[in-house]
Parts: sequence; C-alpha cells; structure tokens
Amino acid sequence: MTQSAPAAPARVIRPYGDTTGDGRVQLSFTLPVAFGSEEERALAEGAALQLAGSMGLDPAMVVHAKGMGPDFTFFIVYGRVGHLVDLSKVTVARREFPLLSAAEVNLRIRTGLGRKLVVLGACIGTDAHTVGIDAILNVKGHAGEKGLEYYREMRVVNLGAQVGVDDLVARTRAEHADAVLVSQVVTQREAHLAGAREVAAAFRAGQPGGRRPLLVVGGPRFDPAMAGDLGVDKIFGRGTTPREVASYLVHALAPAREAAHVGGAGDRA
Amino acid sequence: MEPKLGLDPAVVREARELARAAGQPIVELARTHTTVSVERAVLRLAGLDGADEDGMPWVNRLADAVRESAGLEHGVALPAWDALLTGEFSSLAVLARDAAAGKVKFRVPEGRDAAAARTAASVALGRGIAAIDARRAERDAMIRETSDPPKPWIYLIVATGDIYEDIPQAQAAAREGADIIAVIRSTGQSLLDYVPEGATREGYAGTYATRENFRLMRAALDDVSRELGRYVRLTNYASGLCMPEIAALAGLERLDMMLNDCMYGIIFRDINPRRTFIDQRFSRQVHARAGIVINTGEDNYLTTADAVDAAHTVVVSQLLNEFFGQEAGLADAQLGLGHAFEINPEVPDSFVLELAHAQLVRELFPNAPLKYMPPTKHMTGNVFAGYLLDAFFNLAGVMTDQSILLIGMMTEGIHTPFLSDRDLALENVRYVARAAGQLGENFRPPPGGLVQRRAHQVLGEAVDLLRRIGGDGLLGAIADGTFGITRRPADGGRGLDGVIARADGYYNPAIDILEGVS
Repeated sequence: MTQSAPAAPARVIRPYGDTTGDGRVQLSFTLPVAFGSEEERALAEGAALQLAGSMGLDPAMVVHAKGMGPDFTFFIVYGRVGHLVDLSKVTVARREFPLLSAAEVNLRIRTGLGRKLVVLGACIGTDAHTVGIDAILNVKGHAGEKGLEYYREMRVVNLGAQVGVDDLVARTRAEHADAVLVSQVVTQREAHLAGAREVAAAFRAGQPGGRRPLLVVGGPRFDPAMAGDLGVDKIFGRGTTPREVASYLVHALAPAREAAHVGGAGDRA
Repeated sequence: MEPKLGLDPAVVREARELARAAGQPIVELARTHTTVSVERAVLRLAGLDGADEDGMPWVNRLADAVRESAGLEHGVALPAWDALLTGEFSSLAVLARDAAAGKVKFRVPEGRDAAAARTAASVALGRGIAAIDARRAERDAMIRETSDPPKPWIYLIVATGDIYEDIPQAQAAAREGADIIAVIRSTGQSLLDYVPEGATREGYAGTYATRENFRLMRAALDDVSRELGRYVRLTNYASGLCMPEIAALAGLERLDMMLNDCMYGIIFRDINPRRTFIDQRFSRQVHARAGIVINTGEDNYLTTADAVDAAHTVVVSQLLNEFFGQEAGLADAQLGLGHAFEINPEVPDSFVLELAHAQLVRELFPNAPLKYMPPTKHMTGNVFAGYLLDAFFNLAGVMTDQSILLIGMMTEGIHTPFLSDRDLALENVRYVARAAGQLGENFRPPPGGLVQRRAHQVLGEAVDLLRRIGGDGLLGAIADGTFGITRRPADGGRGLDGVIARADGYYNPAIDILEGVS
C-alpha cells in the first residue's frame, strides 16, 4: 500500500442532508438493553441518545426503537454532526494494482498472455490447514467471491497440504506454472517465515539464471511488507480475497496492453 | 396445489425418464463400490466413538488398520468383527486402540468364522439402526408435544465458530421466529477425511460438525421448542469427504434436515465424482431411515453461472437429485430440492422470470418441501436496496408456495449477520406473508404470457440437456463443465484413493438392514 494525497484544492465540507452544511447523518445500532416497560423504554432511548451524543451527534433524535427479544433494542437515530472534513487532508490507501472483476481478469489474460495462466497452490511443511489456500483456489471461494478455479482463463493446480518444497519445485516445472501460491496458516516459532524463505531459496537454486515463477505467499501471520526480506514477490495477509489475488497475478504477469504505451507516471506511482 | 403453467405431462414424464437413465449407471457404481467413509460410518453406527490423543477418530484408526492388513474390498465388518471375536476384545474401542498400535492382524474370515463375524456385526448394527429409529420416534413425539409450524418454514443460519456462542444465537433466532436453524460448518471441513471430535470453540467462518456439537445444539433447541410450543428443526451438512459418517451422526443425534447434494462437493469442492456418488447413496439411505429431510444445493450453480442462462441446469440437477434420493429410499416429503432467486435485478422483468422459475419447480415437484434461497450474488452493500430485493424474494416465495425460505440478510456479503439484521429480515418476511398470503391463489399466469412461456422454455432446455447427458453419461457431463461451469473429470479431485471396488462377498451390515435384506 502507498499513501498519496490527491492534489485537490483545499475544501472543507460537512455531511449533506437536504441543505448545504446541515451536517445531518443517520445511524443504526443495537444496545443490550430491554425495551419492555415504560421505564425500560425511557432508559433505552436515553442510552441511545447518550451514545449518539458521545459520537458527536448534536442534536440527536431517536426516530425508531424496537425491542428484539428480552435483552436487546435496535435504534435508528438521526442527528447533526459538527465535524468538518478537510478534503486536502484526506489520505487514500491505494494498492499498487487495480482491483479487477473476474471478466476483466480473464480479458487481461487473453489479451496480455494469450494463453491460460497456470497457478499452482500448496500448503507447505507440516501445515495441514488448507483452509487458506482452498478459500483462494476453490470455486466455492471466500467472502462472497469465487476462487481462482472460477476464472476461465486460469488453470489451477491445488496440491493441498503438507507438500515438500522439492515436490513443489518439481510440480511447478512439470505444470509450467506462471505463479506459485504458498499458504501457511498454522505456525509455531515463526515457522511460516522459515518456510517462505526455504521456498524462495529452492526456486532460486532450482532455476538458476532462468525464469522463475511468480512467488506469492499468504497466511494470517505474515506481514505484507516483508516480501523483499523473504525473497518472494508478494505477501497476502489476513482477510485477503480471491479477487485481490487474481488482480495481483494479472497485474504482475499479464500487463495491460495500454499501459505499455502510456509509460511514466500513471501506473508506476 | 392447482397447476398454473399448462406443462405438458408427456414432457415432464420424459424429463424424469431421462434423469433415471442418466442416474442409473451411477447407482450401479455405488452398488459395486465402497469408500473409506462408508466403512467408517458402519463403525460409527456400531457405536465406535472418540479419538486418539492427536484427535484422530478411532473409526479412522481402525478402518485404516483393517485396510492395511486385510483390505476393505470385503467391507470393514467381516475383518473387524472376526478380530473382535477371535481376539476376545471386550469392545470395538479396545480393538481400535490395539489395532492403531499395530497389535492386531486382520483377515477376511471364511466359513464358520465368517458366519460368526456376520452375525455379531449384524447384531451390533441392528442396535445402531434401532437407535436411529428411536431418535425418529422421539422427533415425532416432540412434534406432538409442541407443534409443527405452518409452511413456509423460516430458515436461519448461525455461524460463530464457537458452539457455545451458537447456542444462545440459535435460541434467540428461534424466539424471533425461525423454524429451522442451520449451523454453518467451518470452511474446509468438507475436505477433512475425518470428523472432528467433541465440543468445538474455534472455526473458520463456521462451526465444526461434530457429534457433540450436534447433541448440544439439538438439546438447546428442544428446550426452546418446548418454551415456544413449536418444534424448531436443526440442519447441518452431510457433504464432503465424510458425508456418510456425518449422516450417521445426524441420525444418531436427531438432526432434522441435512444439506446433501448429489454434485455440490464435486463442483465446488473438487471432491472426486465417484467418491461423492458412492458416499451419497449410503448417506441418503441413512437419512431415509432417520426421517431426515435432505436439502439439495442447486442454488449454488447460480452463484457461478448466470441465473437466466443456467436455469435449466438447476432443473436437471433437481431431477437427478430426485432420482438418486428416491432410489436411496427417500420419500418425496424428504426431498428439499433447492433453487434460488439470483437473476440480475438489472434484467428487465427479472421478477417475472423468477416467478416463472419458482412456479416451474413447484409444479415439477408438487410433494417436495422445496428450499428457496435468497439473493446473494447481486447484494451490493447497498443495504437499503438489498432489503427491497429480499422483500421481492419473499414475495416470490409466498406466491409460489415454497416450503422452506432461507431468510435473506440485507448485509449479505458484508459480515456475519448482526442481531438487528436478522430481526429486520424476519420483519420483512412476516410483512410479506401477512400482506400477500393469498396472492398465490389469485395468481393466474395467462396462457402464452411471459411466465408460462419462460417456464416451458426452461423445461424444454432441461430435457435437451438431459438428452445430451444420456449420450456421454453423467460423469462425462460433469467433466465437461455442464454444472456450475466447472469441469470435474471422473478421476480427478480429492478422495479417489478412498474408493474401493467391492469384492464378491462384500458385507455391509448397515446397508443390508437399510435395504431390508436382513
């Protein structure tokens, strides 16, 4: 991720309800309070107003409150916030590659590569937890997104769990894989780092001077900033979705045709 | 239910005949093969529970030991009960421990030894199946004691990963109006070749299916059923590599419904097609005996394929699920065939097309408790638009007399539902049912109108596809990416090494009882 500020002129704004600068917002939430007797209802609404006030809504108005079972109440609150947004100080986190739809990914592979992109995935070492690699590769996918098997222009080989590094290198060669995805979910004493380094070293040794596949590692314990240190091309951390991985793979392996002509500024920032 | 679509009975009959023709070779495959999980299910039904210190179930340890020294071609029962009798082990559990330690040499017994082993195994499995029968009777008694809710049944999901968090959430959902609670499994459980043991508190986006988790949740729902005077059903997933074992555990712990699709694991989990079909037949035989309603997974095809273009693949899969289900002994009332409301809302007349699809399924399977799934693919994060789309889904469900409505969440795809998301979703379906309860009987799609034309077209395309499958066989069609646009060759995928051709003299006491042979 890189941080960059858009070069817009300084502008200070407030939320817009129906009039410029009115600062009106809506909010809904649940509190673990009862909404039965008259007294309970008064207490519940008061609690909601207190929360809204603490969040900076002044004045705040509870427009809807409903008991859910004996112990909870749901609220819809409208109110005015006094906060200002300074557009000149907005920071935008940007990934170094654009997030593409499945159709865009497929198109990029067809036009940029002109053949199927071959992806090989595995859990290495003693890790038997294929949950991560399967979430990225299986059609079933993860977080509402289909896995890489769903992409028509990709050929996915999922080696599963407890794959030895030598086997990984051999299969990569046999399958002519463009990218190797290695997952490490369960780790003790930083074994995930040692595993990733071992993979990187094996591919360097296995294909000296020649072209090695794109190396991508992933798992909840990895720090995405460590790719260079580990000798791999990319690290994905917790919460990564298949689409992010697919978008990165085409970014790295099937560059958009237009980009070649643009040169300079745009894509490289 | 009065037919509204003017379907040609000859076409419907042909569709069923073609489904039978496509399915019959698969049934033959299942009758002539077994799997490691089918054999482990036999051990589970005979009462073998628990796991070693690494968490590996004793059924796996025992089945593996038998496979290693005697093979599983004759089934696990003959070698296991022969060892039990000749080695004078006091129980299967003791046998499993010694077998795991490499102290037992198994053989396939012959003559009088074989007869003795068969008799002993048959008695043990008779007890196991009787336990399932008792659970079924217990369900009937619970329903008499409380009540059976009117349809459509409201189906809600809990999935915290921690069974002790799931329980209060499930009870709250029941109090809010849920008739069915489904506990989503941990991501990837379908790929484990063993069933985890005990109460579990950690899962990935779901809670592990274990016998103890089943028992805990069923007991909690019994409490809330009595409190509400309404029987609240419990659903889990008999799918993946341990499908037969999970089915056995579901029967033993009185689960009420099980997801159990003929092709889901193949398409979406890359489980070997042969493994899946063999496991599936056994699991459905158990479900049939246990009075469990299966839910099939056709809705999933529409999450990968386009809901208009692939509508006929849903119908084809439903016809196959019906054939396989009936062949395994399931009654029509146990066939919760699935479908979904997944047409892109940008498509003109999308709601009319949804009505046509839903009504078509209703008329093709008039006695099946159809399970209708809400929109997921076109839920954008705009929760307000999502709430509207869910209301249209509920309306289609009510108008076309669907039996089981999985309640859509406006926050679908954003997070696991908040308490308030669920409450709002139930408010939505209650409003629609109250406002439009009698709309169905006042809904008369005119001959030649869009609803009828679309229904006829989908049925016609389904028949065409079934004819093509007839040529290649079902395994060939799956290999060609016919379903869910995913190609799965018959010899690919996980779990093929657990498929074993049955030898002459194969003996499975559970199947004999379930098929009424003994």
